[in-house]
Amino acid sequence: MGELKLMKGNEAIAEAAIRAGVDAYFGYPITPQSEVIEYLMAEQPENRTGMVVLQAESELAAINMVYGAAAAGKKVFTSSSSPGISLYQEGISYIAGAELPCVIANVVRGGPGLGTIQPSQADYFQSTKGGGHGDYRLYVLAPSSVQEMADFIQLGFDIAYKYRNPVMIQSDGMIGQMMEKVELADQRPRWTDEEIKQMHDSWAAFGKGDHRERNIITSLDLDSSKQEKHNHHLQAKYRKMEENEVLFEEINCEDADYLIVAYGSSARISMKSVDLARAKGIKVGLFRPITLYPFPMKQLNAYVGKVKAILSVEMSAGQLIEDVKLAVECNIPVKHFGRYGGMIHSPEEVLTALENLIKGE
Amino acid sequence: MTEEIIIAGFGGQGVLSMGKILAYSGIMQDQEVSWMPSYGPEMRGGTANVTVIVSDDRISSPVLNFYDTAIILNQQSMDKFEKTVKPGGLLLFDPNGITHPPQRKDIKIFKIEAARLSAEMGNTKIFNMVVLGAYLKLKPIVKLENVIRGLKKSIPERYHKLIPMNEEALTMGMANSVEIFPA
Repeated sequence: MGELKLMKGNEAIAEAAIRAGVDAYFGYPITPQSEVIEYLMAEQPENRTGMVVLQAESELAAINMVYGAAAAGKKVFTSSSSPGISLYQEGISYIAGAELPCVIANVVRGGPGLGTIQPSQADYFQSTKGGGHGDYRLYVLAPSSVQEMADFIQLGFDIAYKYRNPVMIQSDGMIGQMMEKVELADQRPRWTDEEIKQMHDSWAAFGKGDHRERNIITSLDLDSSKQEKHNHHLQAKYRKMEENEVLFEEINCEDADYLIVAYGSSARISMKSVDLARAKGIKVGLFRPITLYPFPMKQLNAYVGKVKAILSVEMSAGQLIEDVKLAVECNIPVKHFGRYGGMIHSPEEVLTALENLIKGE
Repeated sequence: MTEEIIIAGFGGQGVLSMGKILAYSGIMQDQEVSWMPSYGPEMRGGTANVTVIVSDDRISSPVLNFYDTAIILNQQSMDKFEKTVKPGGLLLFDPNGITHPPQRKDIKIFKIEAARLSAEMGNTKIFNMVVLGAYLKLKPIVKLENVIRGLKKSIPERYHKLIPMNEEALTMGMANSVEIFPA
């Protein structure tokens, strides 16, 4: 068993990054995410593993530092919160186009605009449908506990390198700021330059030597036929992710007449609503997508003919619900419930929404 | 066992750190814990509160509307949280600064004069440990030895010399809660 600690989600993700053998963190402070860079600055991982921690002059600088370091085959992590992630979008699109691995964490706050510093889940579209331009996808993980904040760093890098694709960890101000018990993984060593050369020689730009042509990192190809071919390649990669990398959890779903679909902090709140409903004799289960992209389409579609209705719960005006509807192909009625703009729904409010759904209101 | 607690008072009373020590104590005896503060504008002066859950099972919602126990340390928090105690639950408060004592007849109500006791002990900073001691006497969800282990984990090593004083404060709290209702 690893080391047990009581940590905030933001601290856990920072410590997990050090322990995952990350080479560099670039970021710029923003509430409710600032504990990530605060923790890293206080911990001084350059003395533990040689990991670089740098506060950039802006979000634009930070994401382009990520782009550059990832291009050199280095393991890079960055984090921000909603308005900052919006500023990252150009860089994220370039990184996806250039097929570079990296992990980006978004500790979501209420929007639009500068919005509020309180928790929200209203960045679902941005994370899953492409916040930047072009046909690209991020692998999007939605942690619902401090433990998952820590665990999804290593998982994120595994996927990022397997597919050479940026990975987004979408949490929110609640998961980021709350403390829970977390079991930390053992320290992994950072890759040596020799290991990076062995593993990433086919694509990374770290100096070519005599045995091959230079690797070029770019997202630009003015020859449209080549660009279309590149897009075909990207799409094939996304289909593979959809086939192989879907993660989800089912709680009390076996005998359920109704389902709540929720991820992240809304899933935690809804777990309590399920308990409250079950105590009243309502047979309801919780279906929790862990990957928001690829979304567990087939797995949710398996409930067609089994449940009478679905309540999609999210701290937004209704974004997750679009994928829920696509998954069940209009064969199950689906309603959305959620507080937003930084308000957090209570377990009782979710229960009331469920009861209204059952009554057909 | 699942115990859902709200601790509420002024910023500076040690509300958040009391919650943190309680949560760490739960970890020391292999329980699941969550600690969810109110933060944001409220953090900048005024009231502070934290929801702590200690459980033998996986914890569902870290944010709650109703609690097994409310530990209330100022009038604003009394106004806000007296009504959120589940029927049959526990309300523990320090009467210092309370102008409207709790009125509920369906819950257990205890007071602990932690402000006075900690002042008499010559250190108002251990106020929150007196309160925690009183709570743990009433609901022994974590053992005292695990609170001490939790304290060691949650405060920097250079302050570990203060642990005996904190232990004394916990003991003082354990010995001094007074039942208000049912009297």
